[in-house]
Amino acid sequence: MGAGHAHRLYRHGHSPVHALPPHTKLAAAFAFVVVVVSTPREATWAFALYAALLAAVAAAARVPAGFVLRRLLIEVPFVAFAVLMPFVAEGERVDVLGLSLSVDGLWGAWNVLAKGTLGVAASVLLAATTELRELLLGLQRLRLPPLLVQIASFMIRYGDVITDEMRRMRIARESRGFEARGLRHWGVLAKSAGALFIRSYERGERVHLAMVSRGYAGSMPVIDEVTASRAQWSYALALPCAALVVCLLGWVL
Amino acid sequence: MGPVTTAPASLEVSGLAFAYPDGHQALFGVDFTVARGERVALLGPNGAGKTTLVLHLNGILSGGAGTVTVAGLPVGRKHMAEIRQRVGIVFQDPDDQLFMPTVREDVAFGPAAAGLKGVELERRVRTALERVGMADFADRPPHHLSFGQRRRVAVATVLAMEPEILVLDEPSSNLDPASRRELADVLRSLDVTVLMVTHDLPYALELCPRALILSDGVIAADGPTGELLGDDALMRAHRLELPFGFDPRSVTMGA
Repeated sequence: MGAGHAHRLYRHGHSPVHALPPHTKLAAAFAFVVVVVSTPREATWAFALYAALLAAVAAAARVPAGFVLRRLLIEVPFVAFAVLMPFVAEGERVDVLGLSLSVDGLWGAWNVLAKGTLGVAASVLLAATTELRELLLGLQRLRLPPLLVQIASFMIRYGDVITDEMRRMRIARESRGFEARGLRHWGVLAKSAGALFIRSYERGERVHLAMVSRGYAGSMPVIDEVTASRAQWSYALALPCAALVVCLLGWVL
Repeated sequence: MGPVTTAPASLEVSGLAFAYPDGHQALFGVDFTVARGERVALLGPNGAGKTTLVLHLNGILSGGAGTVTVAGLPVGRKHMAEIRQRVGIVFQDPDDQLFMPTVREDVAFGPAAAGLKGVELERRVRTALERVGMADFADRPPHHLSFGQRRRVAVATVLAMEPEILVLDEPSSNLDPASRRELADVLRSLDVTVLMVTHDLPYALELCPRALILSDGVIAADGPTGELLGDDALMRAHRLELPFGFDPRSVTMGA
């Protein structure tokens, strides 16, 4: 697609993974995450195999490891509390490096960390190989309620417009000598936020007017039909199917 | 361009009056006709009721007195889809008009809403973008274009619906001189009826042989654009001012 406008999560490429229809990739990533989450936490080797599967996908998509690892950092705030679990959880305790840790807590932390990381890694790979626009088409194809898809697509379209409006308001504030320093200035910021809301709301009304003028009657017309062949489906579903085998082994062994 | 007598007029407005729910009356009986193929400027000061009038042309506002007829079809609930396809409104802010993630999809929106699909839809989109010289930008998101380009794409989104009449709300606002000229070239090259709402008087003179002045909710004057702009008393009475140093009598118009 077009040049130089892609989202920063997206990594331009022509790999076989990039070429798969978006809804097959969405379904594959979702199924993969479900399988990972339902794996027993004691089957540590299973998680290593999952990671290997994702590494294989990354290699097929020609996404470098560094790219994925850097983007994995996003989960840090979410898993931070996992680190606390061994300290606060109840039950049998074990001594590690002079610290008394809960065995249950350790397992819990491992569970959150491993499953979270794998889930985020799968999403990062999905985002790196699928453009935002395509993701929306995929969601539409997967029969997500059309209203949700419309809302998401407007968010993408108007995110920049509203950020720009926000920036102009900030410049206007600062040009008149305002600087947000303390609690006393929160009132001004709150009013700006309110004004921004009203502006956005009014823009929404104008956009709706323009849509109605061009024949909008409540549902978006389908412009791009995305279709997937059986081969593409089986290609995309190879990942969750392999993961499912690992998961079943994890339960059996 | 003389009125063509065989075809029905592109636009016929008669006795149109409208008051907003809050009691503010914006239109007090507006009458005019635009023949097929004409380019007409609708001039008027701020608050004259220009936007209110425009929103009546495709039935967004209604409920007052009077009628609007587009190519023989009365604007009303019965033919709304048909009317909205025939009257293409280009709004003032292209960011309001271009709401889809890419230019191509935005241009396709109108025809697709009317039920067009596949090859025919592609053809419409390509033709519309070629007519405004934006065919190379089809896969770009609208917010990555310059303002002038966005305005031209906005015109294309409406052209793709193959309208009977193109209604432009302040087409030259916020455009730099080069984009202004490019848009003028595009508008001149189109063979559709155009109603251009503006207070950019030189632009009206350049593009529209005929002009209407809307003032206080009525049509105060209707005639050749050059004559109206040259009538100082008329202009002053309706708060229309020419830019400094601009003399409409000294402008020689091309063909």
